[in-house]
Amino acid sequence: MNKEFSPRITSFLCKWCSYTGADLAGTSRLQYSTSIIPLQVMCSSRVDPVFLLKAYLSGSDGVLLGGCHPGDCHYETGNYHTRRRFALVKEVFDSLGLESERLKLSWISASEGPKFARVANEYTEEIRKLGENPTRKSIFL
Amino acid sequence: MNTTNELRKNIKSLIAEKKVDLFLGWEKGSLPLAATPLFVTAEDQADKAIFDVTCGNNLSIYFTKDKKQFEGRKVGIAVKGCDARSVVLNILEKQIKRENVVIVGLPCNGVLDRKKVLAKTDGREVLELIDNGDTVIVKGNGFDLQLNREEVLSSSCLACIYPDAQEYDFFIGEARGEVPNEGRLKEIEEFQTLSSLERWEQTRAEYEKCIRCYACRNVCPSCYCNVCFVDQNDPRWIGGTSEYTDTLIFHVIRNLHVAGRCVECGACQRACPMDINLLMLNRKVAMEVKDRFGDIAGLDINGKPAMSDFKEDEKQKFIMG
Repeated sequence: MNKEFSPRITSFLCKWCSYTGADLAGTSRLQYSTSIIPLQVMCSSRVDPVFLLKAYLSGSDGVLLGGCHPGDCHYETGNYHTRRRFALVKEVFDSLGLESERLKLSWISASEGPKFARVANEYTEEIRKLGENPTRKSIFL
Repeated sequence: MNTTNELRKNIKSLIAEKKVDLFLGWEKGSLPLAATPLFVTAEDQADKAIFDVTCGNNLSIYFTKDKKQFEGRKVGIAVKGCDARSVVLNILEKQIKRENVVIVGLPCNGVLDRKKVLAKTDGREVLELIDNGDTVIVKGNGFDLQLNREEVLSSSCLACIYPDAQEYDFFIGEARGEVPNEGRLKEIEEFQTLSSLERWEQTRAEYEKCIRCYACRNVCPSCYCNVCFVDQNDPRWIGGTSEYTDTLIFHVIRNLHVAGRCVECGACQRACPMDINLLMLNRKVAMEVKDRFGDIAGLDINGKPAMSDFKEDEKQKFIMG
């Protein structure tokens, strides 16, 4: 019997919104994908492009970045910077022929537990269709 | 030669009138293909200054990499178009104060790429170089070659739009104005039409050559973190080898760190001993920054660098949920 492919999705979640949102999903007893590996960061703009690339090249099947909705950032402007940076990271991934679909950014507020569960499930499903991260198969690219 | 004389006169008067304590320029190098940076502190040293096709160094890197030297000093600097943009960027990023810099703009006709000249001479050593405007004559032991200027210019200069300094206190010589250079993005556009697998292969072929000497980082006027992410040991972001995994991380992340701050001076590519086409990704990112955020690095001294600025209603189609 084939075991169903269970992806690993490294998730950088901002402490003030997305991580709390994930907490809410848990305390509300919502079922969401076990593929999500949550990592707390103080702000989504803390996530340097090197985190995303490193996660991808170390074999994460997907990388999810969660931040507050625009205008709701705890530090007022952090997520606006994230948005610009993320757009460029995606563009560079695309233009080098890396799979930019494996990178996702989502705005999830602290009160959006159900949304977190939905995003987690949808993204896992998407990654499942894409299959395993090709960099997992070899030590060096 | 006229420009050189004018430049010398200018430096002398700046030093004599005590408008600057130090002037950064170029002098004739010990090798004919590369000028050496010149630090003028007294009037009589100004006669060493030159400006010609070999003056490739972007002198603004001293403002960031040798910062202590400039504390409380007034500095004059000779700039080409791209260097002026770096200086503006350094001012915007608060590395140096505008009132402490005297910018002397020069009309630039492009600078040499040493590697291109050496390819033409089959690696034979060049002993003398004469710049004739449209052509460049190189002489060595047993050869005497006349080369078209375009064949030996740095590829960044062939794609340059702003050859004149846009921000200056004095401008020497005749400004060239904006060069349209419509073909400048041709290379990228062609690259973008390839399939993603072909692009991946080509990227790989390019970055696999890297030996991690960090020459590109060290000459880059925009790279001046106290501790670069490649030198960090805890946490360690990148392995110590020159395997493709590591070189890819280095180049991609360096590119993203200078995104919106790269002035496309081409110093990285000229410094690269392995002849990697570093500018392509830089140009691609700069193009993207211009399209998305409408910003060109280092042009507007009253502006803000693209990546430390934002608008509230930017397009965000790529965002999930």
